[in-house]
Amino acid sequence: MIEIRDLKKSFGEKVVINSVSAVMEPGKANLIIGASGSGKTVLMKCLVGLFEPDGGEVLYDGKNFTAMEDDERKELRQQIGMLFQGSALFDSQTVAQNVKFPLDMFTRMTYSEKMKRVNEVLERVNLKDANKKFPAEISGGMKKRVGIARAIVLNPKYLFCDEPNSGLDPQTSLVIDKLIYEVTKEFNMTTIVNTHDMNSVMEIGDHIIYMHQGEKEWEGSNKQIIYSKSKKLNDFIFASEFLQDVKEMRMLEAEGRGPDGKK
Amino acid sequence: MNFFNHFGRYILMIKGMFTRPENWRMYWKELMHQCSDIGIGSLGIVMIVALFIGAVSTLQTAYQLVSNLIPKSTIAQIVRDTVILEFAPTITCIVLAGVVGSKIASELGNMRVSEQIDALEIMGINTKAYLVMPKILASLIMIPLLVIIAGVLGIWGGRLAGTLSGILSPEEFDGGLLSGFLPFNVAFALYKSYTFAFIISSIPAYFGYFVQGGALEIGKASTTAVVTSCIMILFADYVLAALLL
Repeated sequence: MIEIRDLKKSFGEKVVINSVSAVMEPGKANLIIGASGSGKTVLMKCLVGLFEPDGGEVLYDGKNFTAMEDDERKELRQQIGMLFQGSALFDSQTVAQNVKFPLDMFTRMTYSEKMKRVNEVLERVNLKDANKKFPAEISGGMKKRVGIARAIVLNPKYLFCDEPNSGLDPQTSLVIDKLIYEVTKEFNMTTIVNTHDMNSVMEIGDHIIYMHQGEKEWEGSNKQIIYSKSKKLNDFIFASEFLQDVKEMRMLEAEGRGPDGKK
Repeated sequence: MNFFNHFGRYILMIKGMFTRPENWRMYWKELMHQCSDIGIGSLGIVMIVALFIGAVSTLQTAYQLVSNLIPKSTIAQIVRDTVILEFAPTITCIVLAGVVGSKIASELGNMRVSEQIDALEIMGINTKAYLVMPKILASLIMIPLLVIIAGVLGIWGGRLAGTLSGILSPEEFDGGLLSGFLPFNVAFALYKSYTFAFIISSIPAYFGYFVQGGALEIGKASTTAVVTSCIMILFADYVLAALLL
């Protein structure tokens, strides 16, 4: 479980995160959504320690991450996996070497044990035949899957995904969403996904935090989001007429009515 | 103000490299990889530059020594001392600032921009220690070796050019080489090469590591790194000559 308490972050005069508090539970896909510039990426970077918050606390299973010494942080970070927006694969290494890297660095496994584990996770993300390819030789969707494989190879307790669907076609986006959701449930990880993809919100949003201008504007699940009265949230989520229609359809479905409004 | 800001961050980067490695074997592997990249990767250009500089030194020294009162073996003495004292360490390192420096800056800059450095940080790896330290150590190991090779090849190039152009015989050249030789000059060349090796690796590493933006900024960082390294090499060259000679 990850708990955020009254987190604040500014860059100069600009307040980017303003007193955000939330609890992210294990076994759930926790989504941080919001428009570009709403502070969701900064919030995620504060959670993983890439930015130091100006105030507040981040607790990993009750342990205060913000107050930890470097050595303690290093230890905790071995339980964190992260999928980056651009996948952040090491260009000079093959797919298998990328996935094996955390095992090389942090375990004393033999070469055959490592390769067994690498093949297991690559199989889990449906990428068994890409072992020897370099990142430049595979598609965007495959890179994301390699990124997920590298993130989960050490069996982390916490998984962070920064814009996992950016630059992907809708079908591949669904595959990635499904994969993130499945590994979250399978390994009971505390997963935090930073996205503005509405498919992800509706499909895997067990717990959603909507950020607006650095503040937490709304919190709930994908079931609750269609009933939200927050104008800012509705303007963001159901921005187009098509999405408004989808919202109405979902509401009717939930009430047991057909598209014509009749029961 | 900008200079102090850069200098402060540079010192903090150097200080940040000194932590216990997460895994010695991986650091060793990275060091060997960098030694191969920096040493073997630059060997060709260093050999070509050294050979031609030595050859040109012989021809130009002979052109300036027109008096019959000066023995021809003096040409070899002048070539030997200029190659050992200046050409082998300084010219080689200026060439290496372009070859190695731009490679280090663009490699780290690309890793920064594509979030590979963030990925390593999140894994709990000290990226200054894992990415910067091996590059500096590899430079400190390989660049003095390249300078020695450049010195030997420079003198040999000078001998070859002198013989082929008929300016002086190989025996005359060898006689000049051995006359009045000061072993301290070789030590001085090595002091220089260690200093320049640190400059060539640490300054581009700094500019690459802290790059912000995209491809354009990586290019700018690479150029700034090479220009700054070259200026610092020339400055250090003067300081070392003033202090040690």
